[in-house]
Amino acid sequence: MIQLAGQLSLSFALMLALLQGLLPLWGSYRDNPYTLAAARPFALGQLALVVIAYVLLTIAFLNSDFMIAYVAENSHASLPFMYRLTAVWGAHEGSILLWILLLNVWTLLFILFEKQNSNLPLVLAILGLISFSFLCFLLLTSNPFAAAVGPQTGHDLNPLLQDPGFVIHPPMLYMGYVGFSVTFAITLAALIRGRLDANWANVARQFAIAAWCFLTLGIMLGSWWAYRVLGWGGFWFWDPVENASLLPWLSGTALIHTLALTEKRGTAKAWSALLALICFALSLLGTFLVRSGVLISAHTFANDPKRGVFLLLLLAILICAALFVYLIRLPQLSSPQKPFVPREIILLVNSILLIVAMLTILLGTLYPLIFDALHLGAISVGAPYFNLVMAPLVLLMMLVMGFAPFCAWQSQLVKRIWQLTWRKCCFCLLIMLIIWLQRMPFMTGISIGLSVWILVSVMSTFRIAPGMAFSHTGFAVFIIGIMLSSSLSTEKEVRLKPGQTTIIGPYQFLFIDTEGTSGSNFRGIRANFEVTKHNRHIVNLSPEKRIYTVRHMVMTKVDIHPSIFRDLYIALGEPYGQDDWSVRLYYKPFIRWIWAGGLLMILGGILGIIQNKKREEQNIHA
Amino acid sequence: MNHIHKRRIYIIVLLAVGLGLAAGLILYALKQNINVFVTPSQILSSHLSPDYHFRLGGMVKKDSVIRDKKSLNVSFIVTDLKSEITVFYTGGLPDLFREGKGVVAEGHLDQQQHFIATQVLAKHDENYMPKNVAEMLKKNR
Repeated sequence: MIQLAGQLSLSFALMLALLQGLLPLWGSYRDNPYTLAAARPFALGQLALVVIAYVLLTIAFLNSDFMIAYVAENSHASLPFMYRLTAVWGAHEGSILLWILLLNVWTLLFILFEKQNSNLPLVLAILGLISFSFLCFLLLTSNPFAAAVGPQTGHDLNPLLQDPGFVIHPPMLYMGYVGFSVTFAITLAALIRGRLDANWANVARQFAIAAWCFLTLGIMLGSWWAYRVLGWGGFWFWDPVENASLLPWLSGTALIHTLALTEKRGTAKAWSALLALICFALSLLGTFLVRSGVLISAHTFANDPKRGVFLLLLLAILICAALFVYLIRLPQLSSPQKPFVPREIILLVNSILLIVAMLTILLGTLYPLIFDALHLGAISVGAPYFNLVMAPLVLLMMLVMGFAPFCAWQSQLVKRIWQLTWRKCCFCLLIMLIIWLQRMPFMTGISIGLSVWILVSVMSTFRIAPGMAFSHTGFAVFIIGIMLSSSLSTEKEVRLKPGQTTIIGPYQFLFIDTEGTSGSNFRGIRANFEVTKHNRHIVNLSPEKRIYTVRHMVMTKVDIHPSIFRDLYIALGEPYGQDDWSVRLYYKPFIRWIWAGGLLMILGGILGIIQNKKREEQNIHA
Repeated sequence: MNHIHKRRIYIIVLLAVGLGLAAGLILYALKQNINVFVTPSQILSSHLSPDYHFRLGGMVKKDSVIRDKKSLNVSFIVTDLKSEITVFYTGGLPDLFREGKGVVAEGHLDQQQHFIATQVLAKHDENYMPKNVAEMLKKNR
């Protein structure tokens, strides 16, 4: 019953999406107001049908309806309620449905916030076509409502996904990815119309910042989740799937800054438009890399190659079409040739640095694929490559970032900029020196010095430009967190018996005992530890080793004592008979600053949107 | 030279610098940091020097895991059903490590053609086998 209803809703949604896509395009070509006006009701109708399909799938999960293959593979009668609700996006088919749902949610947001936008029908048309392609993909290759073969008792959700982090990370990440399809649609619509003005730049920028905020949140949540669940204390692994989310983030950041330039001065229009197209292409590429199974990664699942080919074709068609329109309109996009001002130069340099960073990560991620496709061998490109390549680029970016608030929007003498900044520069060099004298690594010194440089540069701008101030502060805090946690952290792997103690940093860990533990779909062993510092009790930590009974999968549940200035992290390794266990302990100073920095960046983005909105309203009333 | 030309020259110079930077960095980094993925047969048929850091992939031979009584040392045999290599590792093995399943270890060879692993990689799915390993196994079966 649910199966039939689900399939029907999706099929009708497919038809509506096609109409939503084609009618307004036709209407725009023939100047027919009725077909243009059809865009909105069709979009809303499609949203309703997709929501119905999604809700039906959720109900199927809640009721453990194992007649549907997808539910049978990702759920079990003993799966806790919260995970049954969220297992909907636990594997391929459901996550594509989530993608489509969020695309329609963004369409709704666009409709709500841009009621008077004259390009509304065209934007909806493009969004409709994107939705149509994904619905085709869903129904033809990844139908979540496909029937199960034979009676099923449920395969349970992957234990690594049974964590609170899993509940929010994918939706937020997808909101970010999909959000860039809105800027893509806005830009493409404006290109089709042949009019790229300040209004386009303003609307595109608002949605780009919103998408960027969600993407930042998604990436931060992913990093925090990996830290908690994977059991090795790392927060970023340069895994291809992680890189797939970083690429649109980097181009998204470039897009936001370049659109600011276009909005303010009307220059670099062609570049902004191209960036908007690139952002979307990268988020589609990300979807392809994650979902097609071509890459060897900790995230990949054994997948159907048919899906990979379909996605790649989809990517190719959409991007070629978009670039085609772009190239046709390129002659009309020339910006007024005004002489450069300092702020403009800095924003363009920033653009270049971000895009170079994005390209190097793209190359590193695709290199093994290319090698494999050309049968040149099997290689993998690891963290050392990415760390090495990103370091100089990030440092350069930070240097430039610090100068930005001092560069005016009018012509300004370089001497004047130096006058404003030389004292702050000296202060930062002093900080660098102090850090090197403490015998910390060279890289740490430079990065922290540059982070302080960014912090002092935005010190006085919190009132006038809170968006920039908080975002840049957030980035500086983020970098400080990364550098300090990597240079000051210590790790220890020991073999312990109950009653034994081990020391890491200034903390003493006493292994008290082990006890059995169980949950609705697992059983395991919990080890109790007491942590003391100079004989003062700090906390009791209880890492666990669990076996999830349905899948027979062993999972480590770490225990963490978080704090602003340091994390204590403990994970159980293996049992060695005679009560011995291998235990991994990590002392990680300042690691929370990484995610705190991310949150500040998101706050900056939100403030930027609010500020823009306020300024726009003032302009209307003026 | 008018300002339009000056502007274009600035843009071109910036782009060239950017590309040069990127190209230089990438080539330098790639040269040192690509990890080649090797199976046991490939190791035995070629001569790899002890300071060559690479990834060994294969299947863990059943009943080959030997854990030391006192320390964290462990050894196991990686096979591709044609040849075998003994791997030595110090530390806890990842959760998804199991006899009879695929494994990827990163490290180098010692003088006796044993593999000293610095990292044993965990995979996401207990049924996962690296693609090349699976192909090798299928060929040798």
